[in-house]
Amino acid sequence: MSIMKKSPWIVHYNASSCNGCDLELVATLTPMYDPERFGVINMGNPKHADLLLVTGSVNARNASVLEALFDQMPSPKAVVAIGICATSGCVFAEAYNVLGGVDKVLPVDVYVPGCAARPEAILDGILRALDVLERKRLELKRPPGPAAGEGKGTGIL
Amino acid sequence: MSFLTSLFTADGFLGPFLRIASYVVLAPLVGGLLAGLDRKVTAWMQGRVGPPIIQPFYDVRKLLQKENIAVNRFQNFFVFLFLLFMVFTGSIFFLGAGFLVVVFSFTLACLFFVFGGFSVRSPYGHIGAERELIQMMAYDPMIILVAVGFYLAAGSFETRSIYQAGQNGILIAYLPGILAGYLYILTIKFRKSPFDLSMSHHAHQEIVKGLSTEFSGKALAAIEVAHWYENVLLLGIIYLFFSFHPLIGVAAALGAYFLEVFIDNSYARFKWGLTLQSTWIFTLMAGVSNLVILHYLLTRR
Repeated sequence: MSIMKKSPWIVHYNASSCNGCDLELVATLTPMYDPERFGVINMGNPKHADLLLVTGSVNARNASVLEALFDQMPSPKAVVAIGICATSGCVFAEAYNVLGGVDKVLPVDVYVPGCAARPEAILDGILRALDVLERKRLELKRPPGPAAGEGKGTGIL
Repeated sequence: MSFLTSLFTADGFLGPFLRIASYVVLAPLVGGLLAGLDRKVTAWMQGRVGPPIIQPFYDVRKLLQKENIAVNRFQNFFVFLFLLFMVFTGSIFFLGAGFLVVVFSFTLACLFFVFGGFSVRSPYGHIGAERELIQMMAYDPMIILVAVGFYLAAGSFETRSIYQAGQNGILIAYLPGILAGYLYILTIKFRKSPFDLSMSHHAHQEIVKGLSTEFSGKALAAIEVAHWYENVLLLGIIYLFFSFHPLIGVAAALGAYFLEVFIDNSYARFKWGLTLQSTWIFTLMAGVSNLVILHYLLTRR
């Protein structure tokens, strides 16, 4: 069963992108590439989303926003870093206020390189993240091992 | 064919429980397929391929697998009540019972959804709930006029009797204005542009997602399924007008649905003031004038 693969809903966050990757992401959502073929919908709401797409490097000011967005998304969820800035921080990595790529803050599942990332590459990144989503769903379904079941019997109260 | 007929007639081959069961099982299937067709037709109108027709079922199946995030214990309960009362409303309607009960329990179901929107602390949820109340204010007069019109034409509030009147072609002959007004508010109920203020399917911002902002996972799936039940019920009312021939009735209901899809794709979103004004003006023009003329004609006869 590929339950998660059939309808990936995305939410996009611009960490500190130059808008190059943002425009390419918007281009990906146009009828030209038509990601809704794969069930992809841009939700704009983290509580409805399965995939968090981040463009731009992470800096000291937006790291907490990014974490808050990720925390609001219900599991299973995955993160896609779009563009070389989101992947590694690129030329901005050494700047005093820049932490680096998205993986300094969140567990990134798919890296899409490029400056700016091409729409084809972004779409490919989204579709590769689907396998991650499906794997995470199965991991959540799996009965907890001895380590996870340790708190059993204590109740929630 | 006889299946459709027996959905409404008292002496059909379907007993009341079987009739409710068939609504409970079939309505989400039909509603989901219609939602899928809606997305496909929308995609064609925008020059793209679009998702598979069963995409809405994929979406709901996925939502059922998602983690449950609720900010308070009432939030998802209200959504459950919304779904429950929507199923109840549709069951009463397809049972052929009182049409007034259908109207009132329908409003109750929608109110529970508004309560759900108000029970969270998100400002987007609150704005969505307030807009939903404005929308209800806009469309409710017309829904009541539909019931009044049915009473004038059929002489009874029983859906069964209204169906009988429809079989003689009385409804569409007496109530063309009521049908036009009903089609107008159907745009609000289907949550289509220009009236998708409180919650839109084409949302790219939280404020456009409005009411459903704070709902995720199973609750969001329940909202979607309740919407399917709702759509089938609303199209059932269209069918009543054309029930003199089952094929014409189904064609009219489908025609109304795709008319709304067409309107959805050709209008930008209205502000709430324009929504309320235009709906009430059209209700007066089409609905009230129809009733006044009908009353005059019926008393002269």
